[in-house]
Amino acid sequence: MGILEVTDVNKRFGGLQALGKVNLSVQEGTCHAIIGPNGAGKSTLLNCLVGKLIPDTGTVTFEGQSVLGRKPYEINQMGISRVFQTPEIFGDLTVLENMLMPVFARRDGTFRLHAYETIANERELLDEAEGMLDEVNMLDKRHMHSASLSRGDKRRLEMAMCLVQKPKLLLLDEPTAGMARADTNNTIDLLKEIKEKRNITMAIIEHDMHVVFSLADRITVLAQGTPLVEDIPENIKGHPKVREAYLGEAQV
Amino acid sequence: MLGLNKADLRLYLIVLGMLIFAPFIMNPFPEGSGLAQFNGGYPDLLQKLVIFGIFAVGFNILFGLTGYLSFGHAAFLGVGSYAGVWMMKLLTMNVVPALIISVLTAGLLSVIIGYVSLRRSGIYFSILTLAFAQMCYSLAYSVLTPITGGETGLTLSLNDPRVLGTSQTAEGNIPVPHFFGLEMNASSTLELGAWSFTFNTGYYFCAVVMAVAFYFAIRLFRSPFGLMLRAVKSNQARMSYTGLNARPYTLAAFVISGMYAGLAGGLMVAMDPLAGAERMIWTASGEVVLMAILGGVGTLIGPILGAGVIKYLESIISTINSTILHQWFAFLPDGLEDFVVAIIYPFVGKGWHLTLGIVFMLVVIFLPGGIVEGGKRIGNLFRRKRREETPPSSTTTPAPKPGE
Repeated sequence: MGILEVTDVNKRFGGLQALGKVNLSVQEGTCHAIIGPNGAGKSTLLNCLVGKLIPDTGTVTFEGQSVLGRKPYEINQMGISRVFQTPEIFGDLTVLENMLMPVFARRDGTFRLHAYETIANERELLDEAEGMLDEVNMLDKRHMHSASLSRGDKRRLEMAMCLVQKPKLLLLDEPTAGMARADTNNTIDLLKEIKEKRNITMAIIEHDMHVVFSLADRITVLAQGTPLVEDIPENIKGHPKVREAYLGEAQV
Repeated sequence: MLGLNKADLRLYLIVLGMLIFAPFIMNPFPEGSGLAQFNGGYPDLLQKLVIFGIFAVGFNILFGLTGYLSFGHAAFLGVGSYAGVWMMKLLTMNVVPALIISVLTAGLLSVIIGYVSLRRSGIYFSILTLAFAQMCYSLAYSVLTPITGGETGLTLSLNDPRVLGTSQTAEGNIPVPHFFGLEMNASSTLELGAWSFTFNTGYYFCAVVMAVAFYFAIRLFRSPFGLMLRAVKSNQARMSYTGLNARPYTLAAFVISGMYAGLAGGLMVAMDPLAGAERMIWTASGEVVLMAILGGVGTLIGPILGAGVIKYLESIISTINSTILHQWFAFLPDGLEDFVVAIIYPFVGKGWHLTLGIVFMLVVIFLPGGIVEGGKRIGNLFRRKRREETPPSSTTTPAPKPGE
């Protein structure tokens, strides 16, 4: 039984069957990639996992508990963190303040009226946030407005904000989309490091095969809302069904 | 000290100094001189400045931090006033119970209005709060006349029970609001040469309340809660995916700022024990928005300055009439005098809103950060001059803290 179990999930938008009978099991400690051509339903699936969408039928359980009907912040508090396709950070806040948000969220839960305390006195939490920034080599930028960071730094900050929560499952939505080759490689290194050092379970949606094959332990191929195959990377590479899904049903 | 950092402490002490010495600062011109017209150091205006300062500081907690623009905050001010007057009618003329009830009633109303309005954001939120406030106004103006006094407003009378006090004084008058015996309308005057300064108990009572309210506002701005409110403004989606529920944070901010408005309404009653529905009308809600924007949204001291400027302009410019204008320009040749007066006349007296509109437009266009940004620019100008004389010590500039 995996840490994340998706069973018979269907999702329909009007006449479009976005997801049809999706089954997926992410094992603890692995990196599970979900790939597929445009419109395959990858993002819809991800949105069903984090509470943004609710599937029409089927179940999604995390550590044996259903996540369906829960709000995104409740699901996050269960231990699922999400990295977005375009980095979602608090642009008006400084880098350090960005890092403090997940730190406070972990200590205080979804809401606490701490209007009379002072941030400067929260030494322990500040240390934790600064320690994490140091690990991603951004400590010297801690007083910068995060909106003025480069895209690569924004991505690193977002990743650091997820990691400082010590999530049980990290969801990555095309973490290298629109990146230059060098940046992509940096991100791959960062993710590899996360995987090896912290042993965090990851589910990654990706277009870039280079990224997928460098990171994934298992790959699920999605096409037109249904999983085609699920296997280890070596077996996916030459799989005829995968080629067909990506290249179209050409008569060779 | 006081749990504030150096910059905040300095700001706080400046505000304290302004509050203590306001009767001097606002009275710079000698009595009887031509410029005495511009003196604002009389109790009525000083009280108004402080009370609206509190109102604007509270409003800024919601608008400045979370970005939720409420167009109905006057409703809380009005409800606070009514609650305060009722306390004085029924219980005692001591202002403390009246203030407590004002804050609580406004808080309660803001829970209800906030809970419904905060289901939407942006313009829809503004419209919802506006609608609620207008409903409150209509209720107060007509339907709830037995409670609110309707058109005439709610006033004290000689037959009020006042369980813990007297219905009327020995002379047969309505008793005066007091703070454990200190009567709010008591004043003493200090004559210094040609100057005359008035110190009013009511004003200093308001100033103490403002000092406390402003202190809490600074603490809130620097607290984790304040950080959460700024995060609401910045990126609600990220907040949600970081495990934080934005709704109770915004509701708490809404209620806190509603309670500040109630406090301001209660203070109005403490200074002058009557309440009318016109306090809740939508232009009154708009006025506090103007105050916050004019002073500097999201800054600590901005709303106080904005409230000060608007209330000062209102009181001073609206008292200027054509006779005074003719006196001022009497040195001009007759035809020219009439011409100049004719041009200026629409902007003074009843037309003071025109002046306010022009000031507001100039600030929004040239100083989007309000008066505070203006002050900062002037400060930078001086600093740059000094830096040109001495070589720069550091090149990195940290991001500005909110509220500086």
